[in-house]
Amino acid sequence: MSTTDAGPAVAEDAAVRRPAVQTPFQRFVADYTESRLATIAFVALIVTMLLALIAPWIVPQNPYDLAQVDIMDSRLVPGTPASSGKYTHWLGTDGAGRDLVSAMLYGLRISLAVGVMSGLIAMALGAAIGLVAAYVGGKVESLIMRIVDLQLSFPAILVALMLIAILGKGVDKIIIALVTVQWAYYARTVRGSALVESRKEYVEAARCLGLSNGRILFGHILPNCLPPLIVVVTVQTAHAISLEATLSFLGVGLPQTEPSLGLLISNGFQYMLSGEYWISFFPGLVLLMTIVVINLVGDQLRDVLNPRLSK
Amino acid sequence: MTAYIIRRLMQSAAVVLAMSVIVFLGLHVVGDPVYLLIDPQADQAEIERTIRRLGLDQPIWMQYFHFLKGALSGDLGKSFVHGTSALKLIVERMPATLEIAIAATLMAILLGIPLGLYAGLKPDSFASKSIMATSILGFSLPTFWVGIMMIMVFAVMLGWLPSTGRGPTATFLGITSSLFTIDGLRHITMPALNLALLKISLVIRLTRAGTREAIHQDYIKFARAKGIPTSRIVGVHLLKNIMIPVVTVLGLEFGSLIAFSVVTETIFAWPGMGKLLIDSIQTLDRPIIVAYLIIIVMLFVVINLIVDILYSILDPRVRIGEKSA
Repeated sequence: MSTTDAGPAVAEDAAVRRPAVQTPFQRFVADYTESRLATIAFVALIVTMLLALIAPWIVPQNPYDLAQVDIMDSRLVPGTPASSGKYTHWLGTDGAGRDLVSAMLYGLRISLAVGVMSGLIAMALGAAIGLVAAYVGGKVESLIMRIVDLQLSFPAILVALMLIAILGKGVDKIIIALVTVQWAYYARTVRGSALVESRKEYVEAARCLGLSNGRILFGHILPNCLPPLIVVVTVQTAHAISLEATLSFLGVGLPQTEPSLGLLISNGFQYMLSGEYWISFFPGLVLLMTIVVINLVGDQLRDVLNPRLSK
Repeated sequence: MTAYIIRRLMQSAAVVLAMSVIVFLGLHVVGDPVYLLIDPQADQAEIERTIRRLGLDQPIWMQYFHFLKGALSGDLGKSFVHGTSALKLIVERMPATLEIAIAATLMAILLGIPLGLYAGLKPDSFASKSIMATSILGFSLPTFWVGIMMIMVFAVMLGWLPSTGRGPTATFLGITSSLFTIDGLRHITMPALNLALLKISLVIRLTRAGTREAIHQDYIKFARAKGIPTSRIVGVHLLKNIMIPVVTVLGLEFGSLIAFSVVTETIFAWPGMGKLLIDSIQTLDRPIIVAYLIIIVMLFVVINLIVDILYSILDPRVRIGEKSA
């Protein structure tokens, strides 16, 4: 609580010293970096995403190119040199002889891609539905919100399992399942803020100017609903990554040809009882860190973007 | 009150009906019901016979009517793998799942409330801060990974607890459960704790927030002024008032415990409904999947109904007339 108490004083100080006008973005950056933990989390998130992006160029082997993987290297203890002698398996190898560092970075790529993709699709869909609900109102709105309530009363994992059971396995099916699970959160958030926004004067002014409904909705109301939406995106993306990992671990998520972190953990699980912990342990650690980092960034964004907390 | 319960019952029936339409459409429009409802190894002649027998040549609303009639009379098909009624298979597995969910709820209460109380009464102590930090971790840790790590530490490294399966059962007061045998308790400890982790964190946070709020209220100050010992203030006056949100949330979360038991049961090879569902998805045993979905939806609706009614009884301030489903 001490930071909020000191807040106004610090802001006044800054205003006296720097009379120059801060752009909204500068203010946002200044507010965000106030928390050291959140700044570290943001840097860590960028590093994680970069690592996932450039994985093919930095890892010692392509874990899914059979020519580079030697089955004789399977289940090596962390720190063992590879049989080819060119590099060391710093985190050991998995059951098929793949270097764990390489497999994890490739897995991170898939986990992040699926999480971000489903998050973005769900956001587009949910935001559009929420906007329409708020703007049209009446029966359409209550029907949409009833569906949202109904869906949110069931746990996400159950809805996802239902869909997977009906649709089958595969990357596209997992994304469909994750989108279906998540759109309701976006719809609810956007409808809430759109209801508030649509009663404001600028919307009335836009209507007086004779702008089309579509332009008012997407050009005027939607941008003003963005702050809460951004927060939901971060939290839901972390949730999606975790859910995908869980489904993959259960063996009903991604196929073996698209090994995400969850699948790596699942593959390592069978060796766990013989004490070969690293095959599950390290991918789990990466998964955990990714989720925690995204959540920390989301938490700070929530505080910074909340107008009630702004100074 | 009676009118309210009747209205809620009707709403619940509507939800179940809506869900049955969704499950039905999922099966008959998104997927191909022929391959969903009959053995994948059947030949062409048998497929055609089945289409006629299942009435798939009839209009869709007639099909739905037949589906509903079968479901209402408990006919949800036969398992391909086990060859027996899908409904019976699930009902047989249900006690194991309920047992682990109840054990997890008990753990959440027995661990969460004292820890939350402590964190709320002494918010600045180091122990309280550690409790809160751990509870944040409890929210972000993926359940399945924690389960694996528990097996690694307590079963593989330390060898304290068995890593898989359910222990022997015993009957006590007409209830057959593995909770009544020592070996059964040893088997259930890890899965139940794994399932409970998220709920323990939740209860800690709820209890702490409730305590922090209640501690400044007049009735607590008055009790202090009367010279009532602290243990009685905390144990009776405070606890009674913070129990309402805790009970409600735990009730609502009971359904999600059953849903999440799918994960825990898979890790610890616990013979419950969730493990059956995952096995069935993998062996494409469709009738069991359908039966599971319908049963779990009904279970959820019933749980939500009970919690809503309990809530309005526990807290008279809830204006039941205005509550929605």
